[in-house]
Amino acid sequence: MDSSPFLRLRGVVKSFGTFTALDNIDLDINEGEFFTIVGPSGSGKSTLIRLLVGMDDLTSGEIRLRDKRIDDTPANLRPTCMVFQSLALFPHMTVGQNIEFPLKLRKEAPESRKAKALELLDLLRLPQSYYDKRISQCSGGEKQRVALARALAFDPEILFFDEPLSALDYRLRKTLEKELKDLHARTGKTFVYITHSLEEAMVMSDRIAIMKQGKIEQISEADEIYGAPVSRFVAEFMGEVNLFPVSTGTDGTVSSDVLTVRPGATLAKAQSGAAGLLMVRPEYVRFADDGDSHDFTLTGTLHGEYALGSRIQYEIETSAGMVTVEKLREDRRAIAEGEQLTVGFNTPNTHFIDEAA
Amino acid sequence: MKTLDRRLGLLSALPVTLLMVLAFLAPLVVVALFSIMPPKVFSLANTPDFTAYAVFFEQGYYKSLLWSLGMALASTVILLIVCWPLAYAMAKIFKRFTLVLTIAIVMSLFVSENIRLFGWVLTLMKGGLIEGHFRALTGIGFDSPLYGVPIIVFGLVYVYLPFMLFPLAQGISMVPDDTRQAAYDLGATRWQVLWQIEIPLAAPGIVVGSLLSFVLAAGALAESKILGGQAVIAIADDIETAFTFGQNWPLGSALSMILIVIIGTLALFGVSKVDLDAIMGRKR
Repeated sequence: MDSSPFLRLRGVVKSFGTFTALDNIDLDINEGEFFTIVGPSGSGKSTLIRLLVGMDDLTSGEIRLRDKRIDDTPANLRPTCMVFQSLALFPHMTVGQNIEFPLKLRKEAPESRKAKALELLDLLRLPQSYYDKRISQCSGGEKQRVALARALAFDPEILFFDEPLSALDYRLRKTLEKELKDLHARTGKTFVYITHSLEEAMVMSDRIAIMKQGKIEQISEADEIYGAPVSRFVAEFMGEVNLFPVSTGTDGTVSSDVLTVRPGATLAKAQSGAAGLLMVRPEYVRFADDGDSHDFTLTGTLHGEYALGSRIQYEIETSAGMVTVEKLREDRRAIAEGEQLTVGFNTPNTHFIDEAA
Repeated sequence: MKTLDRRLGLLSALPVTLLMVLAFLAPLVVVALFSIMPPKVFSLANTPDFTAYAVFFEQGYYKSLLWSLGMALASTVILLIVCWPLAYAMAKIFKRFTLVLTIAIVMSLFVSENIRLFGWVLTLMKGGLIEGHFRALTGIGFDSPLYGVPIIVFGLVYVYLPFMLFPLAQGISMVPDDTRQAAYDLGATRWQVLWQIEIPLAAPGIVVGSLLSFVLAAGALAESKILGGQAVIAIADDIETAFTFGQNWPLGSALSMILIVIIGTLALFGVSKVDLDAIMGRKR
């Protein structure tokens, strides 16, 4: 057996009465990785993280850290630490006392505690004068950083995050996402992050696991999950998508009731006679009037046009249902009402989802 | 608009202010004035003197005060220890059963304190419910725990339990679950969580509960009279005697004033230390 992964979950099950919240989870997380678990609410991601930090017991299965079982170790003895959604700062303590809390529990000398706390304030780009501030005097973003500093003071093997940014406004969230990624790079620690936000996951993570109804649907790098989802659920969860029912032949030929397929257009990974979905992201769908020919085309009329800041989104009503097209703002196209539009896309930008699998 | 609001506010507060002045402040002033009258007068039209305060020290009334304060302190400490787990369960664990428990405890308050204490006498006295049955069954008798200081403290604990329990439960409910979990996750033991997180965050409830039960216990007399058989005299007992049998209003007033000042100071100190707004549910 080669080197075992840093954190390894095998057959992890958690049931509440007759309800199975986590159904036989296998998961390997590497040392130093930024690993994100994404899923809609009720997918079991919060339950999973509670098991990982030790706030709940597993029904069955095992969790190993550096090949040592930790699932029977209580939370206060595990070398892991979590940043809570609510942050769970101690309101009766100063910023400094909050950060020093884990150090004080280990009976570190006050001077070395303070030195470490100040160092952590620096690391999180908070002024050292914050050491004596009360928690209630800190803004949302500052509290966020204090919670991070406190968790880092614990010096955990793995740092868990339970949607810590979900309560913040958009701008601050964007800033902190980048800071978190930067902090991960600087500390070299293993971060395990859970969120329901695909964007958050894409910006920060090395790898992403998608959860659905207590199971992991797919584990992959962000790009692959976005470009090559294994199921309709993953494809739709990871942003806007166009899906067309198709069937494929052994030679990669595609036939479809809703798409016009250019003769000779073949899919690379086609499976013999498989029925499935052909996926194309909106940014790869073009208006056919640009003179290029496309492997797949369909026609329709404009249903709606939406400005997304840097991009424009068009919804085209076709015989295959609504097709979403996205263009950069500078490539905006004027469309007359009722105008017959032909849109198309090419094989390299598509992904075949085998529905039988 | 702002000044109108302000004036309307003051105007609305007027009836209650008047009531407070007449029903609360005025009697207090009368008692304060009587305490500096010569012995055994029934009018305030006398030259002030401080004999009543001297009597407090000379005739050993300070002993009653010390007994009262001591027993109040003991009962408050016992109440804190006894009520904490129950209050914790009511605030965090029991859920709907909390309501049942609350109703049950409040119902006991519907029966007069004296009657409940006499119930304990019947239960605990020699030949009473417990000893009587035990002797009838085994032939072995034992002494009644009645008529001593410990049983008075027990009585205080029993009577003032609701006054500790409910504020404490309120205080504990203000401790966010995730701060407790976070402390535990950061390596704290259960005791460390209790001392460093739960007790400080529940402090308003602890202070209010302790103040209520201490103040009530310090001014209590039924427990020492009924359960204690006057093994020791409570200060409230002395005050009552001075006003009634003693017919010495200035002495009674002076004893009251001493108790009021001590308890008032304590209450102000306690209240200044905690954020009462927090427990009253107002925004900070």
